[in-house]
Amino acid sequence: MSFVTKPRIIHKSLKRNALGLTVRDYEGVATTLCAGCGHDSITAAIVQAFWELDMPAQQVAKMSGIGCSSKTTGYFLSAAHGVNSVHGRMPSVTTGANAARRDLTYIGISGDGDSMSIGLGQFAHVIRRNLDMLYMVENNGVYGLTKGQFSAAADLGSQTKKGEANQQPPIDPVKTGLAMGASFVARAFSGDKEQLVPLIKAGLSHKGFAMLDVISPCVTFNDHETSTKSYAHTREYYHPAIHTDFIPPSEEIVAQYDDGEAMDVKLHDGSHVILRKVDKDYDPTDRGRAFNYLMDAQDRGEVVTGLLYIDQKQGDMHQRSGTASKPLGRMEHEELCPGSEVLKDLQKAYR
Amino acid sequence: MGLHGCCAASFELAEEIFEPPGTGRWSSCGVWQCKAGPHRVILRTFAPVLPGICFAFAGPRDQGSCARKLIEGPRPGVQGSKLKPTDTTKPEYFHRVVDCQYACPAHTDVPEYIRMISQGRFTDAYMENRKSNVFPGILGRVCDRPCEPACRRGRVEEKPVAICRLKRVASDNRDEVTDRLPKAPEQKNGKRIALVGAGCASLAVCNDLMPLGYECTIFEALGIAGGLMRTNIPSFRLPAKVLDEEIGYIVDMGVDLRLNSPVKSMKALLDEGYDAVFIGSGAPKGKDLDIPGRWDSDRIHVGIQWLESVAFDHVESIGKQVLIIGVGNTAMDCCRTSLRLGAENVKVMARRPRQFFKASAWELEDAEEENVDIVVNHSPREFVVEDGVLKGMLFDVMEYDLDENDRVTDSRVVGEKLIPCDDVVLAIGQENAFPWIERDLGMEFDKWDVPVVNEITHESTLPGVFFGGDAAFGPKNIIWAVEHGHQAAISIHQHCQGKDVAERLPNRMNLLATKMGPYEWNFSNHFDGSERRIVPSVDLVTRFKNLNVEVELGFTAEQVAAEVERCLNCDAQTVFTDNLCIECDACIDICPVDCLGMLPDAEEQVLRDGLKAKATNIQQQLFVSGPLKHTARLMVKDEDICVHCGLCAERCPTGAWDMQKSRILIPYAADHADSKRWQAKS
Repeated sequence: MSFVTKPRIIHKSLKRNALGLTVRDYEGVATTLCAGCGHDSITAAIVQAFWELDMPAQQVAKMSGIGCSSKTTGYFLSAAHGVNSVHGRMPSVTTGANAARRDLTYIGISGDGDSMSIGLGQFAHVIRRNLDMLYMVENNGVYGLTKGQFSAAADLGSQTKKGEANQQPPIDPVKTGLAMGASFVARAFSGDKEQLVPLIKAGLSHKGFAMLDVISPCVTFNDHETSTKSYAHTREYYHPAIHTDFIPPSEEIVAQYDDGEAMDVKLHDGSHVILRKVDKDYDPTDRGRAFNYLMDAQDRGEVVTGLLYIDQKQGDMHQRSGTASKPLGRMEHEELCPGSEVLKDLQKAYR
Repeated sequence: MGLHGCCAASFELAEEIFEPPGTGRWSSCGVWQCKAGPHRVILRTFAPVLPGICFAFAGPRDQGSCARKLIEGPRPGVQGSKLKPTDTTKPEYFHRVVDCQYACPAHTDVPEYIRMISQGRFTDAYMENRKSNVFPGILGRVCDRPCEPACRRGRVEEKPVAICRLKRVASDNRDEVTDRLPKAPEQKNGKRIALVGAGCASLAVCNDLMPLGYECTIFEALGIAGGLMRTNIPSFRLPAKVLDEEIGYIVDMGVDLRLNSPVKSMKALLDEGYDAVFIGSGAPKGKDLDIPGRWDSDRIHVGIQWLESVAFDHVESIGKQVLIIGVGNTAMDCCRTSLRLGAENVKVMARRPRQFFKASAWELEDAEEENVDIVVNHSPREFVVEDGVLKGMLFDVMEYDLDENDRVTDSRVVGEKLIPCDDVVLAIGQENAFPWIERDLGMEFDKWDVPVVNEITHESTLPGVFFGGDAAFGPKNIIWAVEHGHQAAISIHQHCQGKDVAERLPNRMNLLATKMGPYEWNFSNHFDGSERRIVPSVDLVTRFKNLNVEVELGFTAEQVAAEVERCLNCDAQTVFTDNLCIECDACIDICPVDCLGMLPDAEEQVLRDGLKAKATNIQQQLFVSGPLKHTARLMVKDEDICVHCGLCAERCPTGAWDMQKSRILIPYAADHADSKRWQAKS
């Protein structure tokens, strides 16, 4: 890591958002990841997305588990809340946090190891709960922090630096998310911020569980010629199926789209996601067709990216449980714990 | 379908070659089918970033000629021309990045000497200065400092590095340098050079030519060497000791300095058979103000002559109330000198508002600190003299209309004002004058009656006669005169060796590695946010006791330590190798001042606007790489406020960015004399 700190100076022509902040105000501490790590690019995209959303940092909770990916929550939004939890257990901790403070915006950063190996069960259940959060998988196909063993997301046939091929089929976060019933499933590439930033903004604005798998090359252990998660390979097989334009509630849609070419999805907070399709017959609201499309693309070795599936109708955890609209964490003690008499009445109702 | 090859292409051309998926620009994003073959490209508009430009992700590696046509076609918004990758092997590119050095007429290697000071190598820093500017002690006090307004630090925050005063630090703290000074050989080369005037230009010529074996003879009208440095700059700014020392370094090489020897006839001088003549006689004629009353009193003085009289103790006092007419640097010296000769109330009278003042900002500040009153919008009308006694001066009070660029569109007189005074000093400019050059010698004079002088060779139309300093192109300053001296010395050498004076060695550029280890460089790349230090000065009572009390004390050790760290090391260049780049964005993400971007090929203005922080300062260069290997985008860098922190290189996984120290090699007369010496220079 660098010994010098990033100078606290800015370019005079750097823009300010509605809060009067520059993008620099959304940064965190200096990264300790390897130089050239895809995760750092994703961090920069997250910083950009929060800045563009005019989001106050104190409205945000950053959640993570263990791994290179999970370190990245330190590198953005220094003033936000956050928990760096146990390996693979970030979904449960986030569920607890969200249960108490439903008024915050949750962003969980995980990796392919944290989510597809030790945390797979938690991953499945947080989808099932449709917890209102953006869940990002920084997917590099290896366990970077333990020196580059294949992860469960490594592609079949992908080789290590020394030339050994992976013999086991991957667990694909996107197909898993679709199969588990996630209400927002997207994939992006750390090397294409033009696509990544609007997807992060859409995921943060989506009411419910938003799963965003980001191919993020491990520059130290998985960026060689025989890797399928390298910068070069991802760029060669990159297939943006859908272009996403995010339009915040305060802005009007000015662009003209022809029928059938673009789809306007209005999110709960009033913002719009305009999906411009590369393949005309792709339908991002049809879970089955999305799945088939991904299977076909996988056969061709393509890395399909974009907002691949969205469902606005599922209610999130709070809606399903009928919890109070006031965050539990904001309630006075008397309101939260009305006393033994009320408890007795409640227990009576179950007898 | 992959991302191999991309470009900003014109929409019209794309439509010629490919079939779009829909109609209208927005819906055209998607797969475009080649009209002639099976190839496909994906097009998407980057409307928010680059208005009106299509960004084509062209298909698999073996794409057909259709994609190539798109890539090689004209860029949107520009007719046919293509932006060539920046050629950083040309000395000019990195030279320009070092703003201070580039702005310095003599190209003093500022970052290098500041680093030497930071290491406590004051003598080395002094010698580094002396190589290019010859008079570091003098210039460290009174230089016009073109480097400071150019300093990048002044764009990053408000104030530039105190480059000039750090030069004085090198000079004040140096050890004995006699052993390291150039020496004249015992064996002369038989060529005799005559120099007119013992000012900075002539001395700089001698500095360069004496070590080559030339015999130099200076003819000086006054009884002491130094020219305007001696007579026009008051000793409270430039002590005589400093002048004597640095002039001595040159004269002591064996210059034949003939004092009290004014040249009265150019023809006579030429007849003496010198191999070359250098005229560095300055601009010694102060402008006069011929308005009513001018010749009715002996208390009206011409600035530069008056300063000269003060310097030679011919004038030792002045009246209580003094008016200075004019607001150039000479006016500042006149008003401050008046205060030391007994004046109590000094007013500097300006015809126009402050933004039109010719004086350097710091000289104005120094004068105002001494309670000099600067009065604007007063245009002199007449001197009021009663019974031969100067009573005051009558002014027209002016009003000006300015446009948005501060240009005067209209002016009018709105009143008049009589300001009483005992003395008036005129400081409204100076000119060069050559009454001693006969006009029938074959030397061409222009319509302003000054000799026609070649700007590169400094030769007049009379072969073998060269001009430099204020005598060449009118009043400039010391550092320009020194540079003229260097250039004239080259010409004189070429002339004396029978070579073409226009045949001159080009500049060269060296790049040296600065990497010492992982995240370690041999320069201080940590950005220090300290503010510019202010030079301590003698209090406002003591400084007026004697004309010779030097006002500025020079930086303290603590101030030096802070000020040197403010230098951004602009000579630690960010060097980019395009075929190493894997387009991971790490450099772009880390750059604190957002000066980097990866953009599709387009004309320069589009690239400038496409950066996250727009590159609006067109005085500053844009670095543009060749096409990158994955997407054919270009790495673009705006040099404007790069703080040379090296973080792009520290975060680069492949070494595509590297920090390398540039050193511009500038040829002097000695290099023209010895090609081996020049080739060995690094």
